[in-house]
Amino acid sequence: MADFVQTLITTLEVGSLYALIALGYTMVYGILKFINFAHSDVVVLGAWISFTLASWILPAIGLDPHNPATPPPFWVGGVILVGSMVACGVVGYFIERLAYRPLRNAPRLNVLITAIGVSLLLQNIGQLDFVFGPSPQKMPALLPKWDVISFSLSGHGGVHAISIGVVDVILFMTSAVLMIGLEYLVFRTKLGTAMRAVSFSPTTAALMGIPVDRVVSFTFVLGSALAAAAGFLYAMKYPGLNQPAHTIWVLLGLKAFVAAVIGGIGNVRGAVVGGFVIAFVEQFGAFYISSNYRDVYVFALLILILLVLPNGLLGSPVRDKV
Amino acid sequence: MTKDTPAAVGSPPPPSRAATFGARAWAVSLWPFVAGVALAAFLYFTLPSAIGPYYLRIVVDVGIAMVLAVSLNIVSGMTGQFSIGHAGFMALGGYTAGMITYYGSILCWGTASRHGGFLGVGDWLFVVACVVGGLVAAAAGYMVGLPSLRLRGDYLAIVTLGFGEILRVVLQQTNKVMEDAAAVRASTLSDWIPPPVGGAVGFDGLPKYTNLFWVGVFVTMTVVMAYRLKQSSMGRAMLAVREDEIAAQAMGVDIAKTKVRAFVLAALFAGMAGGLFAHEPGLIISPKDAGFQRSFEYLIMTVLGGRGSISGVMLAAAILTALPEFLRDFEQYRLIVYAFLLIIMMLLRPQGLFGIHEIWQIWPRRAGANPKTEAVAR
Repeated sequence: MADFVQTLITTLEVGSLYALIALGYTMVYGILKFINFAHSDVVVLGAWISFTLASWILPAIGLDPHNPATPPPFWVGGVILVGSMVACGVVGYFIERLAYRPLRNAPRLNVLITAIGVSLLLQNIGQLDFVFGPSPQKMPALLPKWDVISFSLSGHGGVHAISIGVVDVILFMTSAVLMIGLEYLVFRTKLGTAMRAVSFSPTTAALMGIPVDRVVSFTFVLGSALAAAAGFLYAMKYPGLNQPAHTIWVLLGLKAFVAAVIGGIGNVRGAVVGGFVIAFVEQFGAFYISSNYRDVYVFALLILILLVLPNGLLGSPVRDKV
Repeated sequence: MTKDTPAAVGSPPPPSRAATFGARAWAVSLWPFVAGVALAAFLYFTLPSAIGPYYLRIVVDVGIAMVLAVSLNIVSGMTGQFSIGHAGFMALGGYTAGMITYYGSILCWGTASRHGGFLGVGDWLFVVACVVGGLVAAAAGYMVGLPSLRLRGDYLAIVTLGFGEILRVVLQQTNKVMEDAAAVRASTLSDWIPPPVGGAVGFDGLPKYTNLFWVGVFVTMTVVMAYRLKQSSMGRAMLAVREDEIAAQAMGVDIAKTKVRAFVLAALFAGMAGGLFAHEPGLIISPKDAGFQRSFEYLIMTVLGGRGSISGVMLAAAILTALPEFLRDFEQYRLIVYAFLLIIMMLLRPQGLFGIHEIWQIWPRRAGANPKTEAVAR
């Protein structure tokens, strides 16, 4: 029982990270109909910008940036989160403006290849010595190590203590707030209506007076900001930051993309559902079957779902028009 | 909206097969192979002493990259399907071929080292192993190609990527390599499942059979196959699928079959190239060779060379393989330059360096090659 609960808690955390990243993939796909391969690199950028900001701010308030003796005040985390979201939003805007917009009417293969190019570019610029550097770093702890909830459950070989720390609660709360905010934005505001209209048919939306280019730019900024938040939260949860071109980041992005596809790509709620489904399969598979094959479960589930439900769990069928 | 039909693209249609397949037809059919093998043998005997081991290795690398890029070109360039799992097929073929030569050598001759000289017994075992590796990869290509019947472009990309990643993880969990004949004889079934190919460290100890001659032979095979495919009705069907699936279907092209064929063919040659790769001196094939980074490299070659242009892709494979060797000092910037090249290429010349044409069709422009028929990608 204790193992089960602990795995479930991890699932919720990892799932909310996947969901945050998947939202970016799904929004871009919904509007422009292509996989933004560079999205996972924006997540990396978010994590590394958080690290850079932390290593600037902490000395300024008199703490050791590598291993602060006392946790910094809560506003530091907030500032870093917002700062990295803003920075990544700007980067997302320029990626769309410079690389994707000129290809708006090009074949999708070309756009995909451009996206791969942007992804490689971001990774390798990040690896340069004067940017983030080619070696891993340790994210300083920005939150105290308190236990918010702790209880004991009987499990294998006696009683296990289960504790949920501040990091876990903040991670889950922040992503929940962001997801609910996005839900509100997409389904309750004028801008969200415009986004859905562009997603439905860019031409018709343009005829109705919707500034398509601006909506697309906004979508990229929004998706990149969410990715940055996911990067920040990831760095808080797993402080060992790998170098920007490390495989682990690409796998993180891929799994989030798989989440978006499983939920039904283009569907905002589906991305959240998919994120948790993927995390569930990955974590429980890793714990109860074998942790060596955790990536295999995810991709096997993807192939299975695509073969049974090609439009994902919540997606609507797509028809090719002549 | 006017669009060039694929039939208007490229060289004139092949001569009718109505004539009996006589001696002359055989000669026409076989001369590229004979010429290729002769050239490979010539290079094998002259080049190593002329350029030394370092450059020789680059030449061998270029040859292997050419086989991979040209075969990927069948799927990505000609059929327009987005495959990012090509390195997976390569690794699968390489590991299969490696198992055959390694354990075959151990069982037959007691040691895994090279056996026989040029064109000796060992060489033929190696060729058979490469072909079997190709066939296994082709079977995997069939499996991966099947979802393409239901999935549209970018979903398919993810499935192929998933294939490569699954393979990489599975290869990491394999058993240790068995050292000698005694160990192989004493092994039980559980030692063979998962196969003893070395796990995460890679499959070490393979006999290093790959040389310029065999690389030349496989490059010849791949290129002649690809060129003839492009001229054939099957190749035309592939180009039609790439240009517009619905129009192709209306013209009677079986889209599903065409796509799966493209996958199987590409995987077959990728698997054989994997056999060459695994047996290349100074290299150890390891699970990370199945990963998507390597697949991206071949995709970049295909895209830069021109999607559908065989000679263009070969040129791109040669440049992109050889260039990093000469830019060792700028290793940090190599991938940045690649990425920029890729983006700028897509923005300025989306059809690649040579588009669908072969090099000699573009420059110098012959009377036959009408510039207006250039396949402008939409």
